[in-house]
Amino acid sequence: MPQTLRFHLNDRLIEDRSVRPTTTLLAYLRENLHLTGTKEGCAEGDCGACTVVLLDADAPGGPSYRAINACLVLLPMVQGRRVYTVEGLRDAAGGYHPVQEAVVRELGSQCGYCTPGVVMALFEACYRKDLREPWQLDDQMCGNLCRCTGYRPIRDAARAVAATCPEDQFSRTLREAGSDSMAFARTEQTRSYATPASFAELWAVLAARPQSRLICGGTDLALTLTRRYQDLPELVSLEGLPELRGVAQVAGGWRIGATTTLADLEAACLAEMVAYVPLLRMLRYFASRQIKNRATIGGNLCNASPIGDLAPVLLGLGARAELRSAAGVREVALDEFFLAYRQTALQPGEILAAVRVPDIPANARAAAYKVSKRRELDISTVGAGFYVELDDSGRVSLVRLAYGGMAATPARARHLEAALLGKPWSIAQVEAALPALAHDFQPIDDLRGSAWYRGLVAANLVRGFVRETELVALPNLSQRPSGTVHLEVLP
Amino acid sequence: MSTPTSPLHGPSRHESAHGHVSGAARYVDDLPAPGGLLFGLPVGSPVARGRLRAVGCEAALAVPGVHAVLLARDVPGHNRIGAIVHDEPLLAEDELYAVGQLVALIVGESVAVCRAAAKVLVLAVDEAPAILSIADAIAADSYLGSPHVMRRGDVAAALARAALQLEGELASGGQDHFYLETQAALAIPGEDGALEIHSSTQHPTEVQVATAEILGCDRNRIVVQVPRMGGGFGGKESQATHFAALAALAALRLRRPVKVWLSRELDMQMTGKRHPFWSRWRAGFDAHGRLTAFEVFTYADGGWSVDLSPAILDRALFHLSNAYYIPNLRFEGRAVRTNTASNTAFRGFGGPQGMLVIEDAMTRAAERLGIDPAELRRRNYYGAEALQGDDTPATPGAIEVDAPLPEGELDERVLASLRDRALTPYYQSVEDCRLPRIHRELLAQADYAARRAEIEAFNARSPLVKRGLGFMPVKFGISFTNAVLNQAGALVLIYTDGSVQLNHGGTEMGQGLHSKMLAICAHELGVPERQIRVMTTATDKVPNTSATAASSGSDLNGAAVQLACAELRERLRPLAAELLGVAAPEQVGFVDGQVGVAGGPSISFAELTRTAWARRISLSAAGYYATPGIVYDREAGRGKPFHYFAYGAALTEVEVSGLTGEHRVLRVDILHDVGRSLLPNIDRGQIEGGYIQGLGWLTCEELVWDPRGHLLTHGPSTYKIPAVGDAPEDFRVTLLSSAPQVNVIHGSKAVGEPPLMLAISVIAALRHAIAGFGEVGVAPRLAIPCTPEAILRAIEEVCAPARATLVSAAE
Repeated sequence: MPQTLRFHLNDRLIEDRSVRPTTTLLAYLRENLHLTGTKEGCAEGDCGACTVVLLDADAPGGPSYRAINACLVLLPMVQGRRVYTVEGLRDAAGGYHPVQEAVVRELGSQCGYCTPGVVMALFEACYRKDLREPWQLDDQMCGNLCRCTGYRPIRDAARAVAATCPEDQFSRTLREAGSDSMAFARTEQTRSYATPASFAELWAVLAARPQSRLICGGTDLALTLTRRYQDLPELVSLEGLPELRGVAQVAGGWRIGATTTLADLEAACLAEMVAYVPLLRMLRYFASRQIKNRATIGGNLCNASPIGDLAPVLLGLGARAELRSAAGVREVALDEFFLAYRQTALQPGEILAAVRVPDIPANARAAAYKVSKRRELDISTVGAGFYVELDDSGRVSLVRLAYGGMAATPARARHLEAALLGKPWSIAQVEAALPALAHDFQPIDDLRGSAWYRGLVAANLVRGFVRETELVALPNLSQRPSGTVHLEVLP
Repeated sequence: MSTPTSPLHGPSRHESAHGHVSGAARYVDDLPAPGGLLFGLPVGSPVARGRLRAVGCEAALAVPGVHAVLLARDVPGHNRIGAIVHDEPLLAEDELYAVGQLVALIVGESVAVCRAAAKVLVLAVDEAPAILSIADAIAADSYLGSPHVMRRGDVAAALARAALQLEGELASGGQDHFYLETQAALAIPGEDGALEIHSSTQHPTEVQVATAEILGCDRNRIVVQVPRMGGGFGGKESQATHFAALAALAALRLRRPVKVWLSRELDMQMTGKRHPFWSRWRAGFDAHGRLTAFEVFTYADGGWSVDLSPAILDRALFHLSNAYYIPNLRFEGRAVRTNTASNTAFRGFGGPQGMLVIEDAMTRAAERLGIDPAELRRRNYYGAEALQGDDTPATPGAIEVDAPLPEGELDERVLASLRDRALTPYYQSVEDCRLPRIHRELLAQADYAARRAEIEAFNARSPLVKRGLGFMPVKFGISFTNAVLNQAGALVLIYTDGSVQLNHGGTEMGQGLHSKMLAICAHELGVPERQIRVMTTATDKVPNTSATAASSGSDLNGAAVQLACAELRERLRPLAAELLGVAAPEQVGFVDGQVGVAGGPSISFAELTRTAWARRISLSAAGYYATPGIVYDREAGRGKPFHYFAYGAALTEVEVSGLTGEHRVLRVDILHDVGRSLLPNIDRGQIEGGYIQGLGWLTCEELVWDPRGHLLTHGPSTYKIPAVGDAPEDFRVTLLSSAPQVNVIHGSKAVGEPPLMLAISVIAALRHAIAGFGEVGVAPRLAIPCTPEAILRAIEEVCAPARATLVSAAE
């Protein structure tokens, strides 16, 4: 496998044989290449000042520009790919790009420090072909904090440029983009980083370096380096294995490859996966566009955080995990995947290959909820994925009520489920059953919320669920919800 | 000669906009690394209170690439720093007063090397009990500075005869500045102990002064430059100084350039924030909702050192009355000392915290008296006009003060102001209260009455989601309340090709100051803006400057720029007349780079400057401005601390979820008074941005500490400033028309801080919505910040009787 890092930056080939692979793209841009337009605002993917654009040649909808947080990208993640920074947008004659002119015109910059990141997030928006819903513009821009403008001019700039796809060098580059191998491996004494290009290589490197951490989007694991200042000496990336990426319809449901990015998943939900309305509803408030462009469904599940946003939704939907190793493939219910705080059922040498989600039958009601201090780009105080099936008499024949933020792992409210099973699906019956929830969880006080708040919200989300599903089986995104439960006007 | 055009009052762009959008705009951390650059990493106290017994540096010094660990003993001059009093050791000597208080600076060849060294630096510390709240500080008699008292009349007597007596307590929280660019400074040693410092600071002169004192050298050795800041908001008024001084100390010791740059985490842990306040108050209202008496005790959490706390406390007291005339009053304020980072300036500077208190009283009085909350506020505005326009009896011209006025107060101005309801608690007269007009225009254009009715109808049919509408007027005093700071300078240099360098004492942090100065300069000299270059702010161009703060940047520096340019123009005018053969020099105009007579001959500005040089006429001039008439006696609580007042009003509509306590701001209408705006779209940006920043403070931004004083919310993952989706989709901002301000540059008004307080309208809006969940007449108790949890708690309280079952279900 190639030991040289090789990628295009602003259409110029960069080759590097010596840089440490755990160097972030942001540090490399600023310190090695002296491109200081890209800023560090937080080093945790929560402000967007470091936003650059990656050409994702293998995106499901065809080659696409993707805004990403350079602070959480390690150099081998751009191996063989094209990266653009704010310095690379002007044309050969020195003319500014339409997104740059839009920000100037709308006074979208004041202090200017967030601006390079804003410009690059707008750059992605400019070439996106899947921007249809008005909410997608806020979704596109919510990863870019601006402390000066109050966002009105940034929204106006986004409206002006989104999906305009100008016929220019960048559109041509997209059309001509071909998939490049991300294969890379470098070993130096006790350190190694490998991006295998085949399963055979993957199993070999995992056998040779059993202590390796698996990485893909790296949006969580990179924090080890950037915020905790600890080392990640041995890494194996799954990003070079195209077989692990993508959403496919299979008998009885859908198979979502583990390295499918959340942006891919969101696009699939919007395009065709009617059954995936609950997933879409969670993805709207899942992190930022930049994070969703890198983070994967597999990463979100395998870090087994109690507040991972997809876990409760997938638990509620009854998803199963497809685990793969050199020895073969096995499947476990997601219920059995989360063992303890940040512990999963994965064995050494085993990877999560895919998540299988069953179709939602017509007699089912399902929704997802997320409550956080801030609506966008925040970590859940309480997350929930609810699912009930009703029999012909309107009684609950199957129920899964899964929560995040309520226990050490994402977990189902088994007592409450038991209290609801067989009962009519009605507000009165839910009220009668809700005391059982107190036996399911003993939530904690922390900086995101008190135990009192978590307990009350956990109950109120079920109250909201039963009301929402009186109106529609699969409550969809509302345009401007005042809360995670969409009950703007009730009859 | 063409028709005169001037960039003033017209559409504009940010002067650095193209640099911002292309990455070419440089900030301190972007400057090319000078040869031999080293990096400095500050190390802070691990405890909130304690004694530093020893610092073990051996292991840190042994890390390859580490050049030094600097401690207090390495400071050659005075190891003391502080904006008002020098009460802070730059590096801790023995006592430790806050987590993150500066203890050491590790200097090494990279930040990574310094971080590795920091992990093995041994701080031997005896931890002691810490004071971590205002209540604890009051109990421990832990204060900073002396009380500030304002008084008039007889509060007790007035309260006794009030139709409505209210009392309350109000706590408001801190706020991290969260400028996107963290603190940064680069110090480069020169010859003979000289230092060039590039600092991200609002106050280059303070950096210069403090560094000279730390190093024990003359101030003329130090040159401080500010390229621009990636946001300041007050957080770089006094607290950029420490990091610049540390870089300077290291640069001088090691004779190498040294950069100190803070990670977000360090920045949030080490630097001070907006002051949390706690107040208790009593208010008396007559039956028509007019405030007759107001008594407030307010306490500001200053953190561990004085910093700017006394001035912030003063401004809080100046704004306890906000827009309202109060006949009988007593305000007493104190700053308390706690063991947290030293709290500091933040946009509004105590004003927002003060206004919150009286707005709480106003909102609750309206709820209790059943008077529309906007109308109740209107009846209390400064000025006799507030007595008009409704049927409520009031006696124009009466002095409603409940005690005989002391001898000294019987002067005519005071009596006239009392009769006009125009006397502030600090005895400055409000001469031009624009709020009645703003009130009328805003409520009409925002369709206030109809929308309130619509909301009541909506709330009646929507059990789980409620809406609310909140109104907020703002009157904000403009000037540094320390009179001496109200001065500014400029230096304008013209070259013989007609190009101009513009220097002024203000710093650019995004607010558009340079854009405004550029427009003033272009207007005065009659040259196109492209011919003028605004220079990096530097202490060797304009000396002894005040901080760019108190919203005063444009007023003060603008006047200085105008004076400098006018002097140059008038110096050139006779020469121009001579060259043009015009008998009357006053007929010569300077327009668009041409100098001439309307309809007559002209020459280019460049040619004029070339000739001026040949005739040996100086082409540079300094301008200097000092605001007249500012005076305040803090002991007496009397004076004229403000040159004028800025006014505005906002109407905020929210929607609240009764299940989770989440809310959304649906629509905001603002009418704001910026006088005759220098640059209207720059001002609009200040208004919108200030409002959203205030919204963040009051809703989503919550600072959380652990029980030992460690800040838990030290990054954007845990500390949530507003994101795009928090801004109202429907955001209507209008500037008050035809409202020039006398005696201010081109009739304009300051705009930096006042709009932040418009966001206080969200509190009234949220209370309105929350009240909709309960029985009529149940007043909500809503904590600040109004997080979803705080709102849900308030909702649960107002509907406690009806929903007791739900609460018990959850518990």
